[in-house]
Amino acid sequence: MSGQPFFRFDWVWDHRDDIMTRLGEHLELTLIAVFLGFLIAFPISLFAYRHRRVYAPITWVAGILYTIPSLALFAFLAPFTGLSVTTAEMGLVSYTLLILIRNIVGGLDGVPEDVREVARGMGYTPRQMLWKVELPLAVPVIFAGVRIATVTTIGLVTVTALIGQGGFGYFILQGLSRFFSTATILGAVLSIALAVLADRLLIAMEHRLTPWARARGGAV
Amino acid sequence: METFQDVTAWFSDPVNWSGPQGIPQRLMEHLQYSWVAVLLAAPVGVALGTYIGHARRFEFITVTTANLGRALPSFAILALAFPIALHYNLGFSIWPTVAALFFLAVPPILTNTYVGVKEVDADTVESARGMGMSGSQVLRRIEVPLAAPLIVTGIRTAAVQVVATATLAAVVAGGGLGRFIVDGFARQRGDMILGGAFLVAALAILTEVFFAFVERSVKPRTASQDRSRFKPPYRHAAQAGRPGGDGYVPGA
Repeated sequence: MSGQPFFRFDWVWDHRDDIMTRLGEHLELTLIAVFLGFLIAFPISLFAYRHRRVYAPITWVAGILYTIPSLALFAFLAPFTGLSVTTAEMGLVSYTLLILIRNIVGGLDGVPEDVREVARGMGYTPRQMLWKVELPLAVPVIFAGVRIATVTTIGLVTVTALIGQGGFGYFILQGLSRFFSTATILGAVLSIALAVLADRLLIAMEHRLTPWARARGGAV
Repeated sequence: METFQDVTAWFSDPVNWSGPQGIPQRLMEHLQYSWVAVLLAAPVGVALGTYIGHARRFEFITVTTANLGRALPSFAILALAFPIALHYNLGFSIWPTVAALFFLAVPPILTNTYVGVKEVDADTVESARGMGMSGSQVLRRIEVPLAAPLIVTGIRTAAVQVVATATLAAVVAGGGLGRFIVDGFARQRGDMILGGAFLVAALAILTEVFFAFVERSVKPRTASQDRSRFKPPYRHAAQAGRPGGDGYVPGA
């Protein structure tokens, strides 16, 4: 076993097309999950923001989903929805919910009361206030949630290799099942690089979005 | 299609409760990986976090570590331990797995400790100094006790993550409760997959609940309880990535 070289660059070079395909798959799984997660989390968060009583139970349920280890969650779903993209996305989406709901509600909570008062004084209806005042001011915190959800999802996508999806996780699993360290290392390094790169990129975007937050002290 | 009854049958089958592939043995393996990793990571994370928060040095590195720690995909880290162990003939002991889990556990503990110590009210620290406390006394009697809930939050985040990731050890030729899921997939046994998933989920949730209790019990009683509402949110301090700064993420 140890007679084999630790890492074979020639193998990587030979598989460059495969790498690009898996990159596409990895990004696709991630983007769909974060997008769907946001579509679900947004109305739930607005509802929880208006009706405070439901916030605790909602985060409780989302928290349980978040706590269930990824492999177990996929295992719960697999007997019903098979080794499919649907299974992968259902699992990935459920992990984004807690992060997104907390940040959307938290962002809205962070809007200063004075600002609301002024809006009310100017005759804004609650609906106008939400869309024209509260949500725009909550954007930085909401965006931070999207960033965390995206990076978390990139990591979790690798696990979906076990249910036949996986993006870069495919290489990890391939290497593990064939005792071929090059593939495992390649998959691991690429998914780590993708996660770190996405994190950096989104942080940079966050800065762009919130120029006023660059000074010490923070946005909220 | 597997039903609820199949899973119940799987749980009531005595075969699954004994031997080296039984539930108790797998649970012990799972707990062993997790405990060893967290027990090793906690002192390291707390010591480094306390030092950095108290001395206000290397803060940039801490923030970077926090960001990286959150971005690191756990499966990838765990998988990396395997070829390394193979290459250096370290064998299939628990250590490659434990080492990987250790690296995942340190960042949340370090970051939360750092934020906890740093966020201790400046007036409180000043009063303590005014009363003649030395630096180390301030640290031991003021900063660490006040940071205790956040330190426990860090350990809790780490422990839950470690227990979850230890499931994946089964994929990387290890033991633990994840074995049932991985073997179940390999043998197309839905009852085994679901049974394993149930055990793993239960363990993770129990870990979370256990540490939530510990967290409550170490909360120092202060006169101004209501002020804690304006403190940065505890639970997600590590995940926000930028502690104390604009990494505001609502929590708890």
